[in-house]
Amino acid sequence: MRPDFLRCERLPNIWCPGCGNGIVLRALLEAIDQLQLDPDKVVLVSGIGCSSRAPAYTAFDNVHTLHGRAIPVATGIKMANPDLTVIVVTGDGDGSAIGGNHLIHAARRDVDITVVVFNNYNYGMTGGQASPLTPSSSITTTTPNGNLDRPFDLVKLAAGAGATYVARSGIYFTKHLVDHLKKAIAHDGFSLVDAVAQCPTYFGRFNKKGSAGQMVTSQKDWMVLKSVAEKKTPEELVGKTIIGEFVKIERHSPASAAAPKEQA
Amino acid sequence: MPEKKTFKITHNRKWCKNCGICVAVCPKKVFEIDRSDRHAIVNPQDCIGCQMCVEHCPDFALIVVEVKNE
Ligand SMILES: Cc1ncc(C[n+]2csc(CCOP(=O)(O)OP(=O)(O)O)c2C)c(N)n1
Ligand code: SF4
Ligand code: SF4
Repeated sequence: MRPDFLRCERLPNIWCPGCGNGIVLRALLEAIDQLQLDPDKVVLVSGIGCSSRAPAYTAFDNVHTLHGRAIPVATGIKMANPDLTVIVVTGDGDGSAIGGNHLIHAARRDVDITVVVFNNYNYGMTGGQASPLTPSSSITTTTPNGNLDRPFDLVKLAAGAGATYVARSGIYFTKHLVDHLKKAIAHDGFSLVDAVAQCPTYFGRFNKKGSAGQMVTSQKDWMVLKSVAEKKTPEELVGKTIIGEFVKIERHSPASAAAPKEQA
Repeated sequence: MPEKKTFKITHNRKWCKNCGICVAVCPKKVFEIDRSDRHAIVNPQDCIGCQMCVEHCPDFALIVVEVKNE
């Protein structure tokens, strides 16, 4: 990772000790570095949440928007200047709850942006409430007896809405994460990466997941590579989260996309 | 026998939050959280340069580079 991609004068970051957001941010900066993108042509856009603070620690131009509204702002930036590489940094709450409608419609329109979901399974910033990605039975501030609802499968949601690149990874698997972030950013069309990270302060503590270190290394136990999962039975995959690339298809290009004729 | 590679570990105490993730991911037990709950480099000579700690430190506090002996 290029050290000049960080705005060092803003560090240390405000995140709690052991928060996974810094690990995803590092992977994202590494991916941008490896792709050798022109730093002046990269824009990061975020909403509100602990994770949404990430762009402000980078040297790239960035916009810290309203809660849930990063995708419409990113869409506008991309429309106005298609030469830019536009990357959205969003939390699971920011991206799938209040911003969920923007997510599905940007996927449907196949807007050429990359959405990186810093997925810690709860609303960190506001004190650990449940999000649409909180697993069933998990304890959060708003589900003190265990979440009665089912979570969205973000990969299936994005795929169903029309995203043309969808992947999931976890912060333990840094090379895998960087690799899929690179593919997502390089993809021509709407891309989403579900980057599973830990919030030791709330989700971890409420659900007795152990120390930050244990939350990182335990991803080895509950995450399974897609290529390995394909050889397993559904029973063997109960409680496992599958990581890898799920969608990679040609950009949606409608027949009527020709430029409108100039008015006489 | 090829000479064992050596690595220099740089730790930024100002950015480190003593979270212990480097302790958990290092395969060679190079780090410890000491009795005063502070990050400590205890076995630098065992470092194999795998970059696990660097890639997993959420606070950009670690740099590991190979030392080339001329
Ligand atoms: C319109 C609006 N509604 C609610 C809030 C309060 N709020 C701030 S951050 C947040 C949720 C953040 O959760 P997530 O997006 O998962 O990010 P994390 O903090 O976990 O990284 C909420 C509800 C707000 N700032 N603005
Ligand atoms: S509350 Fe959770 S997500 Fe927010 S900084 Fe702390 S550990 Fe990270
Ligand atoms: S992982 Fe980073 S922040 Fe955490 S104890 Fe190690 S050096 Fe410090």
